Amino acid sequence: MDAIQTHLLSYMIFSPLAGATGILLVLALRRLIGFPQEQVDRAARMLALVFSAIPLALGLWLWARFDGGAIGPQFVEHAVWIRSFGIEYFIGADGLSVAMIILSSLISFIATIASMPWFIHDDEHGHGPVHFSKRMVPGYLSLLLLLEAAMVGVFASLDFFLFYVFWELMLLPMYFLIGIWGGPRKEYAAIKFFLYTLAGSVLMLLALIGLYYASTPMPNVPLRLVDGTPLQHTFNMLSLAQLGAHHLWEHQAPLLGLSFARVVWIGLFIGFAIKIPMFPFHTWLPDAHVEAPTPISVILAGVLLKMGGYGILRVNFGILPEATRYFADALAIFGTINIVYGAFVCLAQKDLKKLIAYSSVSHMGFVLLGMAALTPQALSGAMLQMWTHGIVSAMLFLIVGVIYDRAHHREIEGFGGLAARLPEYTALMGLAFFASMGLPGLCGFISEFMVFQGAFPVYRTLTIVSATSVILTASYYLWTIQRMFLGKLNEKYKELPDVNWRERLTLYPLGALAIFFGFYPQAILGTFNRALEAMSHTLMGRF
Amino acid sequence: MPLFHAIQAALLGGGPPPGTILAEGVREATRVELSWLWLVPFFPLVGSFVNVTIGKRLQDRFGKAVNHGIAVGAMLLSTALAWVAFARLLALPAEGRYLHDLCWNMFTVGSLRVDLSFGLDPLSTMMTLIVTNVATLIHVFSIGYMADEPAYWRFFAYLNLFVFSMLLLVMGDNFVVMFFGWEGVGLCSYLLISFWYTDVEKAKAGMKAFVVNRFGDFAFITGLFALLWGLGGAWGPASRSELGVRDDYRPSAAYQPFHAGGDAAESLAATPRAGGMPVGPTVDFRELRDELLDPSTGVMHHLTTTTIFGFPLLAFVCILFFVGATGKSAQIPLYVWLPDAMAGPTPVSALIHAATMVTAGVYMVTRLNFLFSLSAAAMTVVACTGALTAIFAASIGLFQVDIKKVLAYSTVSQLGFMFLGVGVGAYWAGCYHLLTHAFFKACLFLGSGSVILACHHEQDMRKMGGLKEYTPITRWTYALACIAISGFPVMSGFYSKDEILWKAFTTQNLVAPWIGPLLWAVGLVAAGGTSFYMWRSYYLTFWSGRYRGGPGHDDHGAHAAPALATHSLGAAHAGSFGADVAHAAGHSAAAAPGEAADGSGHGHGHGHGDPHGHHGGLPQESPAVMTYVLIALAAAAFFASFLGLPKSWVGSDPLLERFLEPVLAGSNARLRFAEPGGGLETLFMLISVGVATAGWLAARWMYVTGENPAPARLMASFPGVHRLVFNKYYVDEIYRATVVRAGLVLAAVFSWFDRVVIDGLVTLVAWIVRLVANVDGFIDKYLVDGAVSLVAALVLAGGRRLRRLQTGRLENYLMGALAGALVFVAVNYLVH
Repeated sequence: MDAIQTHLLSYMIFSPLAGATGILLVLALRRLIGFPQEQVDRAARMLALVFSAIPLALGLWLWARFDGGAIGPQFVEHAVWIRSFGIEYFIGADGLSVAMIILSSLISFIATIASMPWFIHDDEHGHGPVHFSKRMVPGYLSLLLLLEAAMVGVFASLDFFLFYVFWELMLLPMYFLIGIWGGPRKEYAAIKFFLYTLAGSVLMLLALIGLYYASTPMPNVPLRLVDGTPLQHTFNMLSLAQLGAHHLWEHQAPLLGLSFARVVWIGLFIGFAIKIPMFPFHTWLPDAHVEAPTPISVILAGVLLKMGGYGILRVNFGILPEATRYFADALAIFGTINIVYGAFVCLAQKDLKKLIAYSSVSHMGFVLLGMAALTPQALSGAMLQMWTHGIVSAMLFLIVGVIYDRAHHREIEGFGGLAARLPEYTALMGLAFFASMGLPGLCGFISEFMVFQGAFPVYRTLTIVSATSVILTASYYLWTIQRMFLGKLNEKYKELPDVNWRERLTLYPLGALAIFFGFYPQAILGTFNRALEAMSHTLMGRF
Repeated sequence: MPLFHAIQAALLGGGPPPGTILAEGVREATRVELSWLWLVPFFPLVGSFVNVTIGKRLQDRFGKAVNHGIAVGAMLLSTALAWVAFARLLALPAEGRYLHDLCWNMFTVGSLRVDLSFGLDPLSTMMTLIVTNVATLIHVFSIGYMADEPAYWRFFAYLNLFVFSMLLLVMGDNFVVMFFGWEGVGLCSYLLISFWYTDVEKAKAGMKAFVVNRFGDFAFITGLFALLWGLGGAWGPASRSELGVRDDYRPSAAYQPFHAGGDAAESLAATPRAGGMPVGPTVDFRELRDELLDPSTGVMHHLTTTTIFGFPLLAFVCILFFVGATGKSAQIPLYVWLPDAMAGPTPVSALIHAATMVTAGVYMVTRLNFLFSLSAAAMTVVACTGALTAIFAASIGLFQVDIKKVLAYSTVSQLGFMFLGVGVGAYWAGCYHLLTHAFFKACLFLGSGSVILACHHEQDMRKMGGLKEYTPITRWTYALACIAISGFPVMSGFYSKDEILWKAFTTQNLVAPWIGPLLWAVGLVAAGGTSFYMWRSYYLTFWSGRYRGGPGHDDHGAHAAPALATHSLGAAHAGSFGADVAHAAGHSAAAAPGEAADGSGHGHGHGHGDPHGHHGGLPQESPAVMTYVLIALAAAAFFASFLGLPKSWVGSDPLLERFLEPVLAGSNARLRFAEPGGGLETLFMLISVGVATAGWLAARWMYVTGENPAPARLMASFPGVHRLVFNKYYVDEIYRATVVRAGLVLAAVFSWFDRVVIDGLVTLVAWIVRLVANVDGFIDKYLVDGAVSLVAALVLAGGRRLRRLQTGRLENYLMGALAGALVFVAVNYLVH
């Protein structure tokens, strides 16, 4: 048990990789021995389920054992990787990352279940494409597992170089998962996603290199490898944060007429802002969502968007506090634009999945606004918003998947009166929609409340403008409900089957979590409150 | 068995000893921890959960009795516990009447701590008793009214869920729990208004209710954030060091965080106290009141002197709270959803849209009386809005022909009276009217439900008439409730309404002294109007000649109606504004439950399968399960009189006023009312009764026989006014043309902007990159690669020439080899 505990995060990262390797081995065996294709698919599915369940179990363990009262990383693993550049295999979970690690393992497992072909009844006579869960199964599942490993890796990395490696590693499977198993315009969406994110990554890489060469030992911040070797430069994010706290970056020569820290901040920020996605860098999201298969949308909305928010907190806020204060106002303005603009665009959408995608834009705006305010409530609210949005948006995309699997389209106007035919589905949809619109008692409310409450003292006008989203969000969701589910049943859909067990397996746990965190958010807040209070203190302490 | 122990504790009175003293602070009241209070809202939640999850299966297998058995059983348990709590409360000394139950800490961030906790002080106890008791009665009534509903389980599940939310609202002891309930009842209201969702109109009515309420919620939470900001703001260094004021954030640039990262937990645990009082941002009503009212904290001084956006903070906060209340309690400008909400089943209208949910705003203002009474501006806004709504809605009520619409506008109007009461500072009178109104308006609504059922789901009063023959119990209870609402001293409505009017006349708490008497006059006119339209509905329904309804509701579409001169609004003005009226009539037709059934695969056969087997026959009295409820409510409306008999009659303060006194203690000290002697109060009572009598007599004269041509002639002589009022002043149309349209236009513009401009820019960048790539490709192909190709071509050409050397003849090659060898030797020689 101790061995598991000490290497818990490594197991979380590498068990999906082991699963992916296993699937490839099965494929190789098929070539050698000649298994039938169905056997291979079945084995691949089994491996995927097991090897994504393991990280979830470990994630729950992590949650149980994590000490929310302590500052600093826990479950640390620290070893030298590339000595000549001072790069280390340095992973750990602290208040900033623990919730995201748990979320990744949870959402990945849900997405794996959603990738199973159970209860999928394709039109056997060649109408429409084969369901994604039946096409090139081993490839799909191994990419999915690779994606999970990369996601957990990003959140667990405490070495900036390692972080970047995982960050890029995550791009690749995502590109193929959208581009091969996606919808009609999958190539366009996949390339757009890939190039957009890559553009951000390039800026991040430049900033990363800049920070590395700017870092230097200070009298009270010695730079060392884990084995004690002294270093001239470092990728260690904790050391970088300490250097930032000791005003190191302020002594650097200016770049492009701006202070070094601010240029680096912008470079990093754009990389993360694309991921969030922040207006005006958000247009890849609707395309990627609309074309991606359901489980990939779930991961995209549930976890990938959080990498942006997490990156800003970990890198921009953690390492460059002075520049963060400088840019906080701009961050708040962009957050407000995201919230209100996204909500208005939702109101005009005709495609259900696009609507949900834009609602993500709107809801991730709360993360930006909360972070910008820098108060403890707002920072914790932003983090909680990432957590709750992870749960709720995953549920929303699963909801969309249910109807798309049955009706093969997502036009809101193309339905009508479904509540009469699909009562259970309607109830689950209602739960997800109301959770997303921040109904008290469901998890979205608490985080929005905290963000507003924390941001109001700092940005009064912007907060009030953002709070109008409570009206807009209710409008677009209720209007959608009315058009799709209420009124007379559309005759075309009078034979539509209600949710099946595969969908229940994914929707009910998420729904239960949405209610649970609506009444007891402290369960997850307790893991990161302390760290964010400390961060708030660092950021606001020197006004 | 925690549940069992909790029930046992409730019944046997276990639990910690009363009077736990938290601190020796001056004002900090004692409170009694009762570990079972959570059970009161919990039982309806369980009932709802059971009916939602397995209700349909239970209904299919065991019949509907199981569904309502669960729902009513949950309500009975909850009601019984509410009475036990009431008894426990009464046993305590008046100033210590505060029962409290902490369930768990929802979250603690920085200095903000939010608990899931319940509190019962006299005010919330009153509300809890109203909610549980009226709701139980309405549950019982629904057994009869909804008997033929296929989705019976769903109805009771929603109803129980509503009661749960409403109990959260009134029992929650902080803003957040109250807001849970506040939004929860909004959700249930949405679900129940669109209960017959296959009818698009009803679905839209539900949506409208929710979205309009969200406007109010927006204001409410903004007010709350402003208040918390005020409480967490900077007091200045001197007072902070003295008082240990919490300020973990400050809006100023001179920000200093309250706790350091290292000792956050410690500093949280040691809450700074001033004179034993926790100070700082809090969502807890008690803490807020205590820190506000204790002058040593400086909180009141700070709040009353702070400004926000140039406005006094307290007025800003209170007005925003009140805007929230106008949403939930259907006041100008957000009342528009309530009349449409009549699309829901009639018991829902009685429970949610008359007795309980819509009074939440009044409750909230009363709960925050210590805040409102600090701001004369806010009080004036509340009082004026209330009075204006009272008269405005009453005027619309005068001309409605749908019996439920009359009651809806009447509710809006009566809620206006309540706000008039709390606005002028007569909090207890507003609450008293809330209480009496809950009884008589529930009675009226359920009476109208009984009438509607008797008339085969007809809601148009022009097609009723003469029902006193057929539905005697409904008729008498309706009459009693009419007496109560129009303000005759035999029923409770008189005492509450008259107290409000008297307090409005004598108030000295508004920004100008002349406003009070003006509000009194407005209220008096509204009261006269109320009397008129209520008696009009009574006579149109139960008198006015013979029954005019058809044999069934097959003629539902034929809304041109029998052209009775007396009340044929549509007929009288068909020429002048036929289109509008036809539209409105069509609307009311759509609101009839019978319409829901058509064509839904789900089969809401409501209305078609007539519940009591007299399809197409004459009206019949409703079953006992319904009429007993009517009698109980009418009796309650009578007995509630004894809670508020005026001091001038019985010599002591009214019972309810004394009961609520501890809650209002903080503000009563600050509120001022004139006390003119000389029997002026009695004179005013006589004026009120006179106005009520005038309204009654006018209605009786016009409508009792059904043959008086006066109403039609009156309307014909003022067609413009009538049209304006009949169409509800076109407020819905105005909102649709402004707010809704603006929202949709903005949505379209932003969406276009997103698609064309933002994504266009992305495409442009991609295009530019590709252009550059193509240019680059061109250069590569024709210049760089061209150079390479040139070299290659030259080599090839050279090779072609050289090929001639390849003759294939051995002697040539030998010659060559020899020549080469010679050259080699020569070079070698030369080099050395």
